[in-house]
Amino acid sequence: MPDTQALVNDFLNKLKKRKIEGSQATAKQTAELLRSVISQTRMPYTNQAAALIHSVKAVGERLIAANPVELAVGNVVRRVLHIVREEDLSLTTAAMAGLNLSAESDDEDDTDRDNHPALSAAAIAAASRSTLRPPSLQTLLEDVPDSAAVPHTSSSGGDSEGKSKSADKSSRSRKLKHDVIEAVNELIQDISTCHELIAEQAVEHIHQNEVILTLGSSRTVLEFLCAAKEKKRSFRVFVAEGAPRYQGHLLAKELVTRGLQTTLITDSAVFAMISRVNMVIVGAHAVMANGGVIAPVGLNMVALAAQKHAVPFVVLAGSHKLCPLYPHHPEVLLNELRSPSELLDFGEFSDCLDFGSGIGAPLLHVVNPTFDYVPPKLVSLFITDTGGHNPSYMYRLIADYYSADDLVLERRTTSGN
Amino acid sequence: MGAQKKGATARVSEDPEELARHPLQAILLADSFTTKFRPITLERPKVLLPLVNIPMINYTLAWLESAGVEEVFVFCCAHSKQVIDYLESSEWSSQPNFSVTTIESHNSISAGDALRLIYERNVIHGDFVLISGDTVSNMSLTQALQEHKDRRKKDANAIMTMVVKQSKPSPITQQSRLGTDELFMAINPVTKQLLYYEDKAEYSKGFISLDKTLIADNPSVILHNDKQDCYIDICSQEVLSLFTDNFDYQHLRRHFVKGLLVDDIMGYKIFTHEIHSSYAARIDNFRSYDTISKDIIQRWTYPFVPDVLCGSSAIKVERQGTYRASDVTLSRSAQLGSFIFIGQGTKIGNDTKISHSVIGERCTIGSNVTIEGSYIWNNVTIEDGCQLRNAIVCDGVILKSGAVLQPGVILSFKVVVGQQFVVPAYSKVSLLQQPTQQDSDEELEYADSTSGTGELRSDKLNGDIAPDLSEIASELGTGGVGYIWKVFEGAYDEEWRHSVAPIPTDKLVKLMLDRDEDEELLTQDGNIISASGELKTDSDGNGSEDDDNEDSRDDYVSFEKEVEATFLRAVHENVKVDLAVLEVNALRLSYNMASVDCGGAIFYSMMKLAVESPHNSASELHRNAADIVTTWQKLLKSFLHDIDEEIEVILKFEEMCLESAKEFAALFPQILHLLYDKEILQEDAILRWADEKEGADESDKVFLKRSEKFIQWLREAEEEEEEEDE
Repeated sequence: MPDTQALVNDFLNKLKKRKIEGSQATAKQTAELLRSVISQTRMPYTNQAAALIHSVKAVGERLIAANPVELAVGNVVRRVLHIVREEDLSLTTAAMAGLNLSAESDDEDDTDRDNHPALSAAAIAAASRSTLRPPSLQTLLEDVPDSAAVPHTSSSGGDSEGKSKSADKSSRSRKLKHDVIEAVNELIQDISTCHELIAEQAVEHIHQNEVILTLGSSRTVLEFLCAAKEKKRSFRVFVAEGAPRYQGHLLAKELVTRGLQTTLITDSAVFAMISRVNMVIVGAHAVMANGGVIAPVGLNMVALAAQKHAVPFVVLAGSHKLCPLYPHHPEVLLNELRSPSELLDFGEFSDCLDFGSGIGAPLLHVVNPTFDYVPPKLVSLFITDTGGHNPSYMYRLIADYYSADDLVLERRTTSGN
Repeated sequence: MGAQKKGATARVSEDPEELARHPLQAILLADSFTTKFRPITLERPKVLLPLVNIPMINYTLAWLESAGVEEVFVFCCAHSKQVIDYLESSEWSSQPNFSVTTIESHNSISAGDALRLIYERNVIHGDFVLISGDTVSNMSLTQALQEHKDRRKKDANAIMTMVVKQSKPSPITQQSRLGTDELFMAINPVTKQLLYYEDKAEYSKGFISLDKTLIADNPSVILHNDKQDCYIDICSQEVLSLFTDNFDYQHLRRHFVKGLLVDDIMGYKIFTHEIHSSYAARIDNFRSYDTISKDIIQRWTYPFVPDVLCGSSAIKVERQGTYRASDVTLSRSAQLGSFIFIGQGTKIGNDTKISHSVIGERCTIGSNVTIEGSYIWNNVTIEDGCQLRNAIVCDGVILKSGAVLQPGVILSFKVVVGQQFVVPAYSKVSLLQQPTQQDSDEELEYADSTSGTGELRSDKLNGDIAPDLSEIASELGTGGVGYIWKVFEGAYDEEWRHSVAPIPTDKLVKLMLDRDEDEELLTQDGNIISASGELKTDSDGNGSEDDDNEDSRDDYVSFEKEVEATFLRAVHENVKVDLAVLEVNALRLSYNMASVDCGGAIFYSMMKLAVESPHNSASELHRNAADIVTTWQKLLKSFLHDIDEEIEVILKFEEMCLESAKEFAALFPQILHLLYDKEILQEDAILRWADEKEGADESDKVFLKRSEKFIQWLREAEEEEEEEDE
């Protein structure tokens, strides 16, 4: 699969060079890449799910290593792994149901089946397992014609039995792949529409004549505010500029073009303005399993100011930003230090950085971190595409999206490197 | 990225739209064609030297790749095999949309040769980026390329865009933070055209001279001394053919850029593109190696920083700019200071202190070692109690216990320093004694003619590399292996400028004092040049032979000679007085002299002519002088506008009588009278001269006494006049 290999390398490069910005774009591209990896994976006859999981993991590990700060990559990889496991499970269940069905309905086949005791034993075991977990309606429906075909072909002649088995296998493998790809497509769809789903909830949160404060720029926040505006809510927005990248300026510009009453303030003026604010709405880089938020630098200060004045601090996050890891996890890189040139002009300060004279050691050190960590106790509410949640509920939400196996596995492989 | 396929089908074409579709190409010179990194570069090419533990060429290639360059031609010369092997085994040989092709040469000795060879290969089909393999940058090329292309559309002669960046030079050492000399550039602020480029200004002169036309032809010119040349050039194809046409172009800047700037026949133009927020710098010498390493550690080159290039799982950034690989064995009591890098597999012992340093992979560092501002490469063993300050230690070096490296020491590959041995400051130590013993291709790294053989040891007789153990042992202590390279007296001054060590304070103080003196000198010079008859300064400047300002003195002497020659020609060829005045005026302008100097010089030539024309007695000499003065009085008069200038003539005459034409000594009063009669000198001038001389030494008064009668007479005449007036 040289084609996907090139794609993977290309994407790895982009991640490494920090050429993709924003978790949504990253998440979407990761999902698309994994989809093509899955479609290119050759399926063996047995244990197809494991093969898929293996190939996704192999690529996923490299992607995560390429830019460990971008947690969305890891999130999507784990989501895809979870999808593979789920689909496999439901397929097995459905197949067992189909086998049982055919065994009951067709007595002729019983002799054939008895020739393969191993299979039937496995089938029975799987069937008994499957009873514990109800198969989804969709997979049941889709499986019916397939499983019906099996007895038909095998009944046509005893010699074609092996063939029919392999046909069954390949159709099943195609089935699994097909289902997984379908599900990944849904995931991609979810990622690209998460803004809308979040924005739909805007009217429930923003009320008439309120003052909203935000910092920096986030597309989710922009859509959220605009959705409220479209529903004829009139309110004012304070935008803190978000030094040193000043993306707040862009947000302010965008808001004004959409007809919102906007006030631009410096980051340091947040505390002075917070008493007039009714709600703080911000975006996030990632939401950790404990409900803590990794967010653009400066937000912890805003959160503390909000707490002091009892202003609700609301974080908007698409489901791809939910990270199953805890911030104290050793492999989680909470921060990235960017170039000091965003803070000051190299030319102007070049004489301060002359190592030829003096002690030869840099006396001026410029630190430019990208993120802040906002602890869960400062967050009042998370709004995700599934609705509003309390910080303490995040771990439960995360359990819905990820399987516990993948978390452990990820840790082992990364530390093994 | 899709442009690549289209570009491959569309061959060379003059249409700019067609050209734009070519994949962006780059020429990377994997050879600096200098000797600044010797002795290290005798064994390994400069581009493969580790910069914060990553070979330099990786930074350059990574940048080219991220800047959208799709095809890179790596020109290898010195140690070409090593470079090619490295590139083949590295990740760069298998990148999608980024091809790295090597071009090997064994006989190129300069960048000019390299570009000529590439031209012959005919591989460049459009605009290309010219860069050397030791450049670190994170700038975006998009804007610079666009500017370059837009200019090309308007003016086909705009063949090159040079990337510059603001960086203030140190006022004390006159060098940039990268250790290069202060660079002067004249740039048109509107069009950004480069008009003047001087990287080797002579500070002893204290001024740089610009061509008059530079200012005449351009409505506005800004002269910068705070710009740093990043050595990243966006060139059009013509650049290559220019190199081929001018086979004497060797150096990119010294020959090519300067050559284009002075050549107004072809009318090629060079433009500049200034970058502000992004970083670009070239490693030219050990000082820039130090500076750029520190810039990388401080993340100015983001995203080309070690933790991103190597992958964050391998190297982590901790507080205070500490980069640590995942499997470093660190003693509990070791003290790691700020801004350090520690590579994989390195072991560090008890109570060892490290600050501002880079330590490579698989090094073993003992207990109680102090490492400050040093660069330690891979597989180095440092035993207990060693001290390293501002040193570069290459692969496989062993420092036995208690060894001390003073600031600026360079230890090349596999050198062993004996126990308790102190390597003196700025020494360069290598296992290799004689660079000429190397293979022919390796010789190229130092084949630069400017400093090629300067550092060679004199004892070339020893023909084999195998170290003579007894001799070496004495050079680096017991058990030591390696030769300490000798530094010649002239080069010693440069050592501290380009070393990894910071400039010692005593040097700085000395430089500061020198500079103050220079400034005093400058102001003095200025006075002499701009003097409009300020008597004291001028007489001082011209009177005393061993004056500080030899230069202006020399200028004056040659000016005097020229004036004399002009005057003699005028006499012999019967040139009209007006024309002679014109000629002397022209001379005055070209030598930047005041009219008072002309008066003196003309008078001097007249008297000299009088002396040289045949005469038997003093009276004949007087007659000669009288004749000449009468004939040429108008010439002389036209340069004597006021009393000060006339006094100057008297002083000049006095000087002549004392030195060159002693025969006049006796005739002094008569000549003075003659000049008075011819109205060349006014009585005021003579009287003021007399007054001034009144207070002088007895020896100076000789002529005053001789002309006492005349002056007396003058005074009386004056008084009479006054009386008459009353």
